[in-house]
Amino acid sequence: MLTVDAVSQRYGSTEVLNALSLTLGAGRIGCLLGSSGCGKTTLLRCIAGFESIAAGRIVIDGVEHAGDGKHTPPEHRPVGMVFQDFALLPHLSVADNVAFGLHDRPAASRDEEVARMLELVSMQDFAARMPHELSGGQQQRVALARSLVRRPKLLLMDEPFSSLDAGLRRQLGNEVRAVLRALDMTALFVTHDQAEAFALADDIGVLRRGQLLQWDRAYDIYHQPATREIADFVGGGGWLPGTVTANGRVDTEIGALRGRLPEGVAAGDAVDILLRPDDVVHLDDAPLQARVTDKEFRGAVFLYELELASGTRLQSLVPSHHDHPVGCEIGIALDTEHVVAFPAA
Amino acid sequence: MLDVKIVRVLALAAVLGVAGCGGDSEDAPASTEAAPEAPKAVVVYSSRAEQLIAPIFAAFTEATGVPVEYITDDPQPLIARLQAEGENTPASVLLTVDAGNLWFAAEQGVLQSTNSDALNATIPDYLRDPEGRWFGLSLRARTIVYDARELSADDLVGYEDLADPKWQGRLCLRTSKKVYNQSLVALMIARHGEEKTEAIVRGWVDNLAIDPTSNDTRLIEAIADGRCDVGIVNTYYLGRLLRDNAALPVGLFFPGADVGGVHVNVSGAGIVANAANAGGARQLLEWLAGAEGQALFASSNLEFPVLEGTENDPVVAAWGAYTPSDQPLVDAGRLQADAVRLMDRAGYR
Amino acid sequence: MRLWTLPALAIAALTLAPLGVVAASFLTPSGEWGHLSRYVLPEVTANTVWLVVVVGLASLVLGAVAGWLTSVCEFPGRRFFSWALLLPLAMPGYVIAFALSGFFAYSAPLPSTLRDLGLALPDPSAGVAAACCLSLTLYPYVYLLARQAFRTQGIASLEVAQSLGMSRLQGFRRVALPLARPWLAAGVALVCMDTMADFGTVKVFNFDTYTTAIYGAWFELFSLSAALQMSVLLMLLVVVALSLERWARGSARYATKGRMQGSKRIALRGWHSAAATAFCAVVFTFAFALPAGQLLVWGVSSLDGEWGARYFEYFRASLVLASLAAGMVTVLGLALGYSERRAPGRVTAASARIATLGYALPGTVLAVAFFVVVAGLGHALTSVARWFTPGVTITLTGTLAVMLLAYAARFMAVAYGPLGSAFERITPRIDDAARGLGATGVRLLTRVHIPILRGGIATAALLVFVDVMKELPITLITRPFNWDTLAVRVFNMTVEGEWERAAIPAIAIVCAGLVPVLWLHRRTGDDAGGA
Repeated sequence: MLTVDAVSQRYGSTEVLNALSLTLGAGRIGCLLGSSGCGKTTLLRCIAGFESIAAGRIVIDGVEHAGDGKHTPPEHRPVGMVFQDFALLPHLSVADNVAFGLHDRPAASRDEEVARMLELVSMQDFAARMPHELSGGQQQRVALARSLVRRPKLLLMDEPFSSLDAGLRRQLGNEVRAVLRALDMTALFVTHDQAEAFALADDIGVLRRGQLLQWDRAYDIYHQPATREIADFVGGGGWLPGTVTANGRVDTEIGALRGRLPEGVAAGDAVDILLRPDDVVHLDDAPLQARVTDKEFRGAVFLYELELASGTRLQSLVPSHHDHPVGCEIGIALDTEHVVAFPAA
Repeated sequence: MLDVKIVRVLALAAVLGVAGCGGDSEDAPASTEAAPEAPKAVVVYSSRAEQLIAPIFAAFTEATGVPVEYITDDPQPLIARLQAEGENTPASVLLTVDAGNLWFAAEQGVLQSTNSDALNATIPDYLRDPEGRWFGLSLRARTIVYDARELSADDLVGYEDLADPKWQGRLCLRTSKKVYNQSLVALMIARHGEEKTEAIVRGWVDNLAIDPTSNDTRLIEAIADGRCDVGIVNTYYLGRLLRDNAALPVGLFFPGADVGGVHVNVSGAGIVANAANAGGARQLLEWLAGAEGQALFASSNLEFPVLEGTENDPVVAAWGAYTPSDQPLVDAGRLQADAVRLMDRAGYR
Repeated sequence: MRLWTLPALAIAALTLAPLGVVAASFLTPSGEWGHLSRYVLPEVTANTVWLVVVVGLASLVLGAVAGWLTSVCEFPGRRFFSWALLLPLAMPGYVIAFALSGFFAYSAPLPSTLRDLGLALPDPSAGVAAACCLSLTLYPYVYLLARQAFRTQGIASLEVAQSLGMSRLQGFRRVALPLARPWLAAGVALVCMDTMADFGTVKVFNFDTYTTAIYGAWFELFSLSAALQMSVLLMLLVVVALSLERWARGSARYATKGRMQGSKRIALRGWHSAAATAFCAVVFTFAFALPAGQLLVWGVSSLDGEWGARYFEYFRASLVLASLAAGMVTVLGLALGYSERRAPGRVTAASARIATLGYALPGTVLAVAFFVVVAGLGHALTSVARWFTPGVTITLTGTLAVMLLAYAARFMAVAYGPLGSAFERITPRIDDAARGLGATGVRLLTRVHIPILRGGIATAALLVFVDVMKELPITLITRPFNWDTLAVRVFNMTVEGEWERAAIPAIAIVCAGLVPVLWLHRRTGDDAGGA
């Protein structure tokens, strides 16, 4: 549905996007994850057409909208956009905000469509309200309804939940996902918050200084990060040192592990293995013991900070009925299919 | 307790930035008669522009030692101001142009009667208030100008004649909003009565070549540009243009005594009813009507002096003598509102 | 009554007192109504309505388009025009009118040359000429406020429109303009009030309006009561018009939320860019370059006799008065806006409405009415004081304090326009958040509001400054002896019809007005983003 092909963009002499490529399939929800200033919002604005690109091409639904000096203005791209802070028009009511995108339709079909969209986001009772009379979550829903009302092929969202509190974020994330699924909508959003990325996205790209470090399914970004940098940026966990053996395994203090090895390593090389908190499970009678150095209650689970006898630090997610005090030793085991190793730091 | 109140009043006054506590104005003359002090300043409210009056006042101060302070503004605000100030006014003289304004100021009671032999002797009856509340100090003649390339003085008769259909599409007039035209029409009402005057004004309007101009200079320029042949202006406007360009093809015509003479208005002055310095005011007025004052006053604006025998500016002198209409100017004030209404009715804008 | 209504009431009293004097004219019946209503009012009413509508619309178009182009777009000359288009503000309107009418006069060089070439310039009617001149002199009010609006709203809302399938032009019309409505309305309201009360410009073209009829009744028919009664009707009209605009806005809010893409401009290309440059150039030429050039030509020819040491005094008086007045009126305007915010309700709303009415009155009417109030106060104080000290006289008139208060009564609308609309950008949530952090009362104003209102405050101060530089009737009647300003000098020349000699003081006013215009331009950081 969306193909971004070697897109570059610069402001003056500053390279903002550097030959960036990605593909997003129809009906999928993609996310660009990166800290502020990494270029993610610029890429979004290039796709929307608010900015023209210096090189590369952008293809949406099989039509090239940017590339080779061509630039389709934003209003002629089949793209909807949810702006950061929603950008509801303060002088228009909820219904008028949603109807705003239907300015070229006859009034009767317009009203019908607005009602349908408001119902989809459960805001049908608020049609006559003014934006300043709504809560943050309600404004978000109206913004979503407004951006979808023209039935775009692709929906773009700029930090869609950044101004909402955590609880609301999760709830709305689910709702937005449900709405997008219901319309079989392809969507791309940007965020600096990995929790938001994992909550909503099917595919995630990690951006850093204008470069796309990795573009993959959400699961793979988490468990199979391409670089140590991505691994550190996305999700917590710990690094377990080990040595590559002749048969391609990695010997560690807790046994030999099998996994993806970095290119060019040979037997005897030192590597670090990424262990996510959910890779490390707690078993009361496990032989391997780790000391609890800190813990964080997360409702259903505890996130334990652990330290092995060697001083290696790991994290583990443990069901919250296993409540161990800081300082005591608990038994742990690994629950991994494939681990990822990187050259030792 | 009383003292506390005085302090409060004074404190309030101080806070408001009081300019003058002129408590000595009433007692001063009695107590200072013996000791020769510097003469008290005369305060003038003037609707004549600063650049015209400042050199004259300087000459007056030099001649008499009496200093003059002045404020310029439009005539009506000055009159309203005198009324509002009442007995607190710092002003002693109201100096303004146009008999209508002087008449109105007298009607409003802001001027006092003066019986000055010097003024009465110099200034003809018809140029001053019968009750001595104001005096004309210079004559402003409103007369006829013509395109000297097309016409000669022989083709012209007087103001009334310009209503004749032979001037169809050839006449230029200044707007009726200007007081000069209002005085002219007011005195025509006094001479001919309303009915005949209205017929004359309608005749003018029918003869107009272009919309009434906003000022006399534009009117003279329109004649010089050949857009109309004849018009009515105050002479000093032509004088100013001739001073810059002596070759201007515009002639000046003075209606003769047989048709009533040339319409004149005045610039003039009166002593304020609550004058703080009535003596100084009278001294100023008499000096202005005297030989020295007249020479300066009239020539400063290329106007005509009221004192016979005063030498004119060369530009003015070149026009020769004329016979002013001797209708009492007080009628111009009395009938001004009627004149305005008449012109409104006649569609003269 | 809440404490915060008091400042609003006090400020409204400044205007209410002279208005009371004007309204009291109904106690003195005037015999002129029969004549006026038959021969004068029908024409001047039609003329005035026509003039106000045309000038209001033309200023809206000129000001909003120029404001949009210079604050949001990028095109050749944008930096220059963004401040140069403010310059007509610094010139008295009647001077521009006279200079333009001199430039296009029948016998002036350009029309003569064109005639020789067989090209006759159209000879516009008095009304069209007056409307053109008024629009060219008054559009900067809209321009200045529109820039403030467009800059604080950024181009984010325009992008909303584009993402919903509208072109930029549609977005400008459907989003940017409606969002700027409080600013545009405030600017157009100032333009309309100024047009209604204008006397100088229409007089140059001999075009009769309601205001010329008011002066006519007073100066020519010698009926002050008829003049004042007509002024009351004029003001009622203004009150109704302003109330209608407020009512039409309903409960809508205009505070946009979120990040402003402030520093980003729309780069215009091709003929769009050429058209933008051409538009600004044409406006600048007719509103400033031509009249200023004509003044320079006149000024050079009269330089010898006119320019002199006394100009130092004129400059000083003008600058001192304008600066003091700008400071004072802006502070009072802030107090008024803040009262309305802290104690919202009918009392403060009515106070704001009354306090801004002084601008709609013909200048001389307000000046004289204000003078009557102050003189009356002086009489009252004198009679009280004489119980204790016989012979004492308390004179309040002719003091700077009274002069400044009179300016406040006249120009409150000019300060309140930009301030009131700037207050619209502060969402109630900002107040709540600030109060939650312990900022209340004056602290809330100084620490939270004033920084946000900075643009509005600077605009208000500039407008009052240049307006006082040009002001005549109040200056004439309230100034102390020997306090002649540059504008008074212009008056002294024009009152005798010596327009050419008025060029020097008029140019001096422009130069003095340039200082704050450039200051404002730098202050509001043309290229800095956001509010």
